[in-house]
Amino acid sequence: MYVSVKGGERAIAAAHKLLAEERRGDPEVPELTLPQIEQQLSLAVTRVMSEGALYDPELAALAIKQARGDLVEAIFLLRAYRTTLPRFATSLPIDTGRMDVRRRVSATFKDIPGGQVLGPTFDYTHRLLDFDLAEPKPVAAPDAEESEPQAAQPMPSVAAILGQEGLLEPEEPGDESAPLTDLTREPLSFPAGREARLQALARGDEGFLLSLGYSTQRGYGRNHPFAGEIRMGDVTVEIQPEELPFPIGIGEIEVTECQMVNSFKGSKTKPPQFTRGYGLTFGHGERKAMSMALVDRALRCRELGEEPSSPAQDEEFVLYHCDSLEASGFVQHLKLPHYVDFQSELVMVREMRERAAAARKAEAAE
Amino acid sequence: MNATDRPLLRVERLTKRYGERFACQDVSFDLWPGEVMGVVGESGSGKTTLLNCLSARLGPDGGRVLYNTRHQGMRDIYETSEAERRLLMRTDWGLVHQNPRDGLRLAVSAGANIGERLMAVGARHYGEIRQAATDWLGRVEIDEARIDDLPRAFSGGMQQRLQIARNLVTRPRIVFMDEPTGGLDVSVQARLLDLLRELVASLGLSVVVVTHDLAVVRLLAHRLMVMRQGRVVESGLTDQVLDDPQHAYTQLLVSSVLQA
Amino acid sequence: MSGTETGYNYAYLDEQTKRMLRRVILKAVAIPGYQVPFGNREMPMPHGWGTGGIQVTASIIGPDDVLKVIDQGADDTTNAVSIRSFFAKTAGVATTTRTEEATIVQTRHRIPEKPLKEGQILVYQVPIPEPLRWLEPRETETRKMHALSEYGIMHVRLYEDIATHGRIATSYDYPVQVNERYIMRPSPIPKFDNPKMDMNPALQLFGAGREKRIYAVPPYTKVKSLDFDDHPFEVQRWDESCALCGATDSFLDEIVTSDRGDRMFVCSDSDYCGDRQAARRKEAAE
Repeated sequence: MYVSVKGGERAIAAAHKLLAEERRGDPEVPELTLPQIEQQLSLAVTRVMSEGALYDPELAALAIKQARGDLVEAIFLLRAYRTTLPRFATSLPIDTGRMDVRRRVSATFKDIPGGQVLGPTFDYTHRLLDFDLAEPKPVAAPDAEESEPQAAQPMPSVAAILGQEGLLEPEEPGDESAPLTDLTREPLSFPAGREARLQALARGDEGFLLSLGYSTQRGYGRNHPFAGEIRMGDVTVEIQPEELPFPIGIGEIEVTECQMVNSFKGSKTKPPQFTRGYGLTFGHGERKAMSMALVDRALRCRELGEEPSSPAQDEEFVLYHCDSLEASGFVQHLKLPHYVDFQSELVMVREMRERAAAARKAEAAE
Repeated sequence: MNATDRPLLRVERLTKRYGERFACQDVSFDLWPGEVMGVVGESGSGKTTLLNCLSARLGPDGGRVLYNTRHQGMRDIYETSEAERRLLMRTDWGLVHQNPRDGLRLAVSAGANIGERLMAVGARHYGEIRQAATDWLGRVEIDEARIDDLPRAFSGGMQQRLQIARNLVTRPRIVFMDEPTGGLDVSVQARLLDLLRELVASLGLSVVVVTHDLAVVRLLAHRLMVMRQGRVVESGLTDQVLDDPQHAYTQLLVSSVLQA
Repeated sequence: MSGTETGYNYAYLDEQTKRMLRRVILKAVAIPGYQVPFGNREMPMPHGWGTGGIQVTASIIGPDDVLKVIDQGADDTTNAVSIRSFFAKTAGVATTTRTEEATIVQTRHRIPEKPLKEGQILVYQVPIPEPLRWLEPRETETRKMHALSEYGIMHVRLYEDIATHGRIATSYDYPVQVNERYIMRPSPIPKFDNPKMDMNPALQLFGAGREKRIYAVPPYTKVKSLDFDDHPFEVQRWDESCALCGATDSFLDEIVTSDRGDRMFVCSDSDYCGDRQAARRKEAAE
């Protein structure tokens, strides 16, 4: 029953109790453990870490469990936790060139130094339900041949290869002494710098960015994308303590990076060059990284002399609406009581209707 | 019967309603080859609705718009097929919007903007298209060196001149103009009006020009219709109407300009 | 049916769906270059992987067919392997990598180098079927433009290329006019392949699943690449020849061989290249 005028407190407590029961489900079924979620729903975990902006698989698993698998809710839980954490240090930029690569594909060249590494991907599976998965199975012994570690080959980025010939616009290093915008501490302001944009997109809702990226492919802000390179694997996070002359590694994180290579610009005076869009997520998040790269490129339209005409090119539109916490909160707040506002409207509409009825009656009487 | 014996455009009792309100009511006139018809009135008088009905962009609720086609004589434009109408619009007719951004392709160069209508009717020689674009830039007093620039790099006055060139390149027979000098500085307006007058005379264009600015019609229009609340309250030769207005509303309109 | 996956119909789709697709294909053949809308079905591959081409193939394939699948010209690319095995499994058909042996060739982004023959069908996977899309995003308007042959805007795009770059800068998915009527996207094949579409003895079918359109070029139909009289259509050329077979007349892929930027060039069409290598070996042995 919907909360009536009084007794809200009791109703809320009862709702929370019900929620806990629903979350647990049938007590006959064994309870999920965090390692199970972390290991077997790992892509949900990486999405929650990415959009929750906190690399902690265990807490992300907890959030998913607590949110009953509602990922937007889980992202919310993780962000609300993250914001309470003290900041000890700022890491150095991660070097994806030195990634311990588990997957790496390029759609622009058939073969590249270091090779194409398919890795764990759904890409070429047939989407036929595998009924064998319905029942738990004993673990097969690891295939000795397959687990053979590959000889480490250098894997220069495709962007670097194209950059050597000047075919790809250089990545502007920016002013390193200038402080970076930090969206977790500062509000967005417009025009947003690219770093603020990338931060907002990195935390942005996957579905929203996916649709926006897709809209650019269908002609609403087209920019001729090629997936220059997508790489996924572990990178070392380093910090530079003031008292030490060298940086120290504090751990490894899994990331997915997408370098999109886009339509070339050029004029009679300036030779044409491909342009770029960039996407990065925690964990294995290809769909998000690619969408992000498409939208990043679309948002660079002004800088590249293109007329902004489509939603994906509208910085305010994209950045103000990409955050799932903000969007979900505001949409769902419509469930909150609006008795007072609505009452005010009611009174006014009634009054106006009465006045209109009176006027009609007066007219008829004449 | 010779096509020149008949008007180019004949408007008969044209009426357009929005709900209960008449946006324009019972408007009739003939437009002859080489003639410039001015339509003046304040905003809300129905002059823009009239222009939209004349230029096949807004179906009227009553009356007819007859156009003297090249091969089939007088035809009601709202009884022709959409294919025929759209063909007319890119060949025989031109349309100059008040805001040049509505009439230009902002993402393609000035040259392509001018060349588009040529290509739409089958021009397939790049050099010739470019030559035509260069010539037309010259005719509308835009530096030829700017042929590859995007229109959004142009000033408002240049954009308007580019829009005019884009319309005139296929030598249309009628051009519909909606406040062609609106939103421009006074000095820029004067230059544009001079240019328009020269082009209209040298090309023998027929024009319907809608404006609230009496100076525009004074300079351009041979004949004038004054509209108020959807109706034509006075019409005649431009000088006659402006120098000796008969209707009280026209008198008010003329005197308010003099005072200003 | 031997060799088919249990629980699914022959070639995956049910027979009603196949009949619907065949009707659509017949209409497409009757109006060359015209995009016929159809009721796209969910396929067990994602959109973008070739669901349109797969549905076309599934509706025309039979037990006697011999199927070849290529992606980027090669039989061994991952997606080609995946689609080939899909049909081997669900339709139990024979597969081949040899162009001349195939009755159906499903392709993504290439036309085989070896000329096709009468009776063969080339099925293209199409991501975006609408050639006017970049100039006009709205479907209602593009359909009108097709209906009225309002194609001037296509040349505006080519004009801009020449004005900016001194040449037409479209290198793939280069628009064509079919049978002197409809403007058509040839799917993202390199413009190198465009001339092969013209008066081809084989039937060419195009399937776009996500966009729900099928179109066709019947055998021996005129296909003209758009251009200007004074800037005629041209195909790509390479200074290099294939590093494996020495071909100078085929489309070459660039392979980066070191992080110093060394590269080599090889045929994109693996079947063509393989045949030429075999011939060279034979010649050398004789």
